[in-house]
Amino acid sequence: MTPTGVVVSLSYLVASVLFILCLRGLSSPEGARRGLVLGEIGMLIAIVGTLLHKEIVTYEWILGGMFLGSGIGIAISGWIPMTKMPERIAFSHAFGGLATALVGVAEYMREAEHLTSFKMGALGFETFLGFLTFTGSLMAFGKLQGVITGAPVTWRGQNFINIGLFVGAIAAIGVLVFRRDLSQVFFGIAGTGLALGIMAVLPIGGADMPVVISLLNSYAGLAACATGFALGSQVLIISGALDGSSGLLLSMLMSKAMNRSFSNVLFGAFGTALEPGKATGALVAKSYNEATVEDAGAVLKASQSVIFVPGYGMAVSQAQHAVRDLAASLERRGVEVKYAIHPVAGRMPGHMNVLLAEANVDYEKLFDLDDINDDFARTDAVIIVGANDVVNPAAKKDPSSPIYGMPVFNVEQSRSVIVLKRSMNPGFSGVENELFFQPNTMMVLGDAKKTLLSMISELKEGGH
Amino acid sequence: MNTEWVFNLYVFVLATFVGYQVISRVPPLLHTPLMSGTNAISGISLVASLIAAGSSHFLSQVLGFVAVTCASINVVGGFLITDRMLRMFRRKPEPAARPTLEGGKAS
Repeated sequence: MTPTGVVVSLSYLVASVLFILCLRGLSSPEGARRGLVLGEIGMLIAIVGTLLHKEIVTYEWILGGMFLGSGIGIAISGWIPMTKMPERIAFSHAFGGLATALVGVAEYMREAEHLTSFKMGALGFETFLGFLTFTGSLMAFGKLQGVITGAPVTWRGQNFINIGLFVGAIAAIGVLVFRRDLSQVFFGIAGTGLALGIMAVLPIGGADMPVVISLLNSYAGLAACATGFALGSQVLIISGALDGSSGLLLSMLMSKAMNRSFSNVLFGAFGTALEPGKATGALVAKSYNEATVEDAGAVLKASQSVIFVPGYGMAVSQAQHAVRDLAASLERRGVEVKYAIHPVAGRMPGHMNVLLAEANVDYEKLFDLDDINDDFARTDAVIIVGANDVVNPAAKKDPSSPIYGMPVFNVEQSRSVIVLKRSMNPGFSGVENELFFQPNTMMVLGDAKKTLLSMISELKEGGH
Repeated sequence: MNTEWVFNLYVFVLATFVGYQVISRVPPLLHTPLMSGTNAISGISLVASLIAAGSSHFLSQVLGFVAVTCASINVVGGFLITDRMLRMFRRKPEPAARPTLEGGKAS
């Protein structure tokens, strides 16, 4: 190894250690920003180290790309509202996937004949996973943004076709290892990755997005790992492994929180068991308590303890600031306020936490499922802001329900439940929610933000 | 026999293990910053893109240029937005501080 080569390798080692420390910082909100700075330093060291690399002979394309990419990156991160975070994450997974895939193609065109068999296989995986992550993430983005229907799109033999594409791609990578001159095979692998990304995400419903986004995160990491194997670059292997294991861990947590088996998630065909519309017929017949803001205000005035349960509906109506304002006016009246956050509330892991943090809610008032579930029985009022499945008692009682077995909040145990909901239509999953028809539940229909704001003025006017 | 891949496999397995250990300690509160932070870190594929864009092969330069652009978006955007999120997660002063302020103004 040349002296420069040693410097490059050592810079990668330092970068890898700093990346691990960066993630370690995220174990508490206090140390997180300091940790992030370490990660940034690591990245800078790795980039400067790479520019010394002997294979780099021109800098025009590099500087152009870095300049353009940084500009776009700064623009997006400054402008994007927090409610659009899931879309941004999906979009950046798409960029990450595309980058690794294109590196794979470039590497194949430059080096195909010099690579060892192992590296050739890794290159095939890199390209396949990269393109799969690219289209899969674009599909997820489209679904989140509403460009593509959020409902599951299914057809006969779907699993069979998807598994077939996957097995076919693996077989083609095997062929490529022995016949690397067959560029049709290589581009076939790339095409299969592109197709499978689309096919695998199409059948997945909007409410299952937290699992999908975590899984795509993990694929992006694996693609980076494969790049590392193909190029013999340890920093890529380490960073890819960190990204991959974080995605894997999150998708396992998310699927556990939805009571889905992990193999079910891996084959990407969930949401198919739910038949939208099947349960909707009975809705009209049952009676529910439609309440006005005044009724809800009266309940809140008589309450000593209140728990908010936010869901995706809070993100849709951008109601997080209104939630906080209502909580603040309750607290001024001496009411104890907490927030119950379900792991799969919203469209990505931690979605609700970010939104409430944006609205200046103290993070010590945000509680996880296990920490707060026993408190509902002692609580006077629960305010559900656009959450549905995570408060559905059918998950506990009704074995025929598609969400049976999913851990949910025991909201029905509290003295009264106030549900803020746009209309009585069931959500994406089409699962009827018995909670809405219980005698201690008040349905306040309409835009959550408007309802919350009028509740605040109701509290102000009424006095004690 | 070329044993580089065995060595790299060691690195991969150990890094996955460390990653799993470190990341399982991240509280659900910070799962979104975790995701956007690891996304920024996996922008390290920028390193590979740089080599593709800096090579003497024209098509590789073009593909590398696109890859460098994409990876830079993730690195720069990922770190910035993660920081923006983490800034919001600071502990807030007690809400009792506000009435005092208003009271001060009134008197």
